[in-house]
Amino acid sequence: MTTVTDPARPVVKETSGPPAGRRRGSFGFNTVSPREKVVRYLLLVFVLLITIGPFLWQLSTSLKGSGEDIYTRIPKLLPAQPTFDHYKAVTDTIPVWDYARNSLVVAVLVVGGNVLGASLAGFALSRLQFRGRKLVLGLFLATLVLPGEVTIISQYVTVREFGLANTLFGVALPGMIGALNVLLMYNAFRSLPIEVDQAAIVDGANAWQRLVYIGLPSVRGTISVVAIFAFIGAWDDFLWPLIVLTDPDKYTLTVGLQYLSGTFSNNPRLIAAGTMIAFIPIVIVFATLQRFFFKGVEEGAVKG
Amino acid sequence: MRYNRWFTPWVLVIPALTWLLVFNLWPSINTVILSFTNARPIGGGTFVGLKNFETLLHDEQLRWALLNSVIYMVVCLPFLTVFPLLLAVLVEKKLPGITFFRTAFYTPVVASAVVVALIWQWILDDRGLVNGLAEKLGVISGPLPFLSDQWLLLLSAISLTIWKGLGYYMIIYLAALGNVGRELHEAAAVDGAGPVRRFFYVTVPGVRGTMILISILISVSALRVFSELFILSGGKGGPGGRDNSVVMLIQQYSQGFEGNLGYASALSIVLFFVTVVPMLVLARLNRRGAEA
Repeated sequence: MTTVTDPARPVVKETSGPPAGRRRGSFGFNTVSPREKVVRYLLLVFVLLITIGPFLWQLSTSLKGSGEDIYTRIPKLLPAQPTFDHYKAVTDTIPVWDYARNSLVVAVLVVGGNVLGASLAGFALSRLQFRGRKLVLGLFLATLVLPGEVTIISQYVTVREFGLANTLFGVALPGMIGALNVLLMYNAFRSLPIEVDQAAIVDGANAWQRLVYIGLPSVRGTISVVAIFAFIGAWDDFLWPLIVLTDPDKYTLTVGLQYLSGTFSNNPRLIAAGTMIAFIPIVIVFATLQRFFFKGVEEGAVKG
Repeated sequence: MRYNRWFTPWVLVIPALTWLLVFNLWPSINTVILSFTNARPIGGGTFVGLKNFETLLHDEQLRWALLNSVIYMVVCLPFLTVFPLLLAVLVEKKLPGITFFRTAFYTPVVASAVVVALIWQWILDDRGLVNGLAEKLGVISGPLPFLSDQWLLLLSAISLTIWKGLGYYMIIYLAALGNVGRELHEAAAVDGAGPVRRFFYVTVPGVRGTMILISILISVSALRVFSELFILSGGKGGPGGRDNSVVMLIQQYSQGFEGNLGYASALSIVLFFVTVVPMLVLARLNRRGAEA
C-alpha cells in the first residue's frame, strides 16, 4: 500500500476517519473472558439462524422431491429425496437463463458507467479548481434528498422519448452514473493529501496523469464499494424494470421471478428453485468481494 | 494547476453532469408538469389543470396507502434504530470467525427484495413453516392468514422490511463505532461501569449523530416501500387494495390501458412531500439536540 496516499490517513483535510493506531496500546482491555466469549458466540449463532435460516429453508424446499410432503407439521430441513428436478423444471417452463443474462447485461452497464463516470467527476470536483465547481457539487448534493421513486414516472417518460422503452438499455441507462456515487468518489479523492498533487504538478504531471497514477490507485477501496453496490442495486432492482419492460422475453430476473410466482403459486418447490437461481449468484459475488466491501466501510465509504 | 487546459475539468465532469440533468433534474421538473396533464403510458396527454389533485383528495386507496406508510414508519423506526446497534456491538469485537458472521448478517441486504419476499411468502403460507410450527406447538388452532388479512399482511411486510434492514444499518453503526474513543470505554470500565452501563453512557452518546441519520434513512425507506408489499400481496395490494403503498399506486397507474401518468405524477408529488417531512423533522431534532 502506498503509505502517503492511504485514504484512511488524511493529512490535510479533516475527515471523520479514526486516527491511526487508536486501537493499539490498550493492553488487556481487548482480551475477552471465556464466559463472555461463550455468550457472544451463542448470540452470534442465534442471529445467524434468524438471518440465514429463511434462505436455508428455501434451499431445502427447492431440493425436496415431488413425492415428499413439504407441508409436514414437523419441518424437516434436510430433504429426504434430494433432487435437482425443480431447477430443471423452472428452466424448462420459463427462460430463467435469458432473464439471468438480461440482469447481467444491465448490471454490467450500470457498474461500468458508475465506476467510470463517478471516478472522473469525483476527481475533477475534489482535485481540480475551476469556475462553477461549487455549483456543480451543490447540484449533486441537492438530488440526494430526492427519493428515486418520486421521479420514476417522468424518468420513464424520458426513456420512452429516447425510444428506449421496453429495452434493456433503457433499464440500465438512468442508473449509469449515480449522484451518490459521484459524491462517494469525491469524498475518497478529497481525503488524499494535497501535497502529493502539488509535488506531481512540480514534476510536470497534468490532470490526467494525476488521476491515473495518483488518484485512482489510492481510492481502490471506494471504487470497489461503488462497484459492489452498483452491481447489487442493478441485479436486485425490481420497480424500474417492472415499469420499463413489457415483453416477457426481456424481463430481468426479479421481474421474471414475480411472473413465475404468479404462474406457479401452487408449486412452492418450483418457486423456491427460481429464487435460488436469482439468489446464489449475488451471494457468490458478495462473498468473493466482501473483503473489499468491509475495507471500504472502514475507509469511511459508507457514511450515509 | 498551471498545466491544466481550462476545459479539462469539464471533460471529466460532463458525463456525470449530463446524467444528473437528464435523469434527475429534468424528471423532477417534468413530474410537476406531467401532474397537470392526463398523459398516458402509450404517449400523448393534454393539460387538465388541477383535476389530478382534486382526484387525489377523494382517492380512498391513497388514504389507505398513506395510513399504511405511517404505520410502516412508526413500527420500523424503533426496531431498526435499536437492533442494528446491538448487532454492531456484537460483531464489533474481532473474535475468530467474525467476518463470516458479519457477511452472513449482511446477506438479507444483498438479496433482492423480490427473492426474500418470495421466501417469506412461502414461510408465512397457510401451510408454511410459521403456521405449521405454531399449530404443532398448539399456539393456534388454525392457520393465521398472514398473507390475506389486511393488517396481518401489513405486519408481515413490516417484519420482512425490519429483517432485511438489520444488516444494512448494522454496517453503518459498525463504521460509527470505530470512531467512539476506546479510551472512553476504558475510563468507564476503570470507574467500575459494567457492559450495560458502558453501552448506555459511552456507546449510545457516541453514535448519536449516526442514530439520527439512520432514523432518517429508516423513515424515508419505510415511506418508499414497494417490493415487499407488492410480492407478499401477489401484486394486488391486499384485500380491497387496502394494503397498497404510495409507490405501489404510482406503479399501478404507470401501466396498461387504465394507466394515467398524469395522476401517477400527482401521486409522486404526494410521495415527495410525505418523505421530506420526516427528514426535516429529524434533521431539526438533530440540530436542537446538538445545541443542547
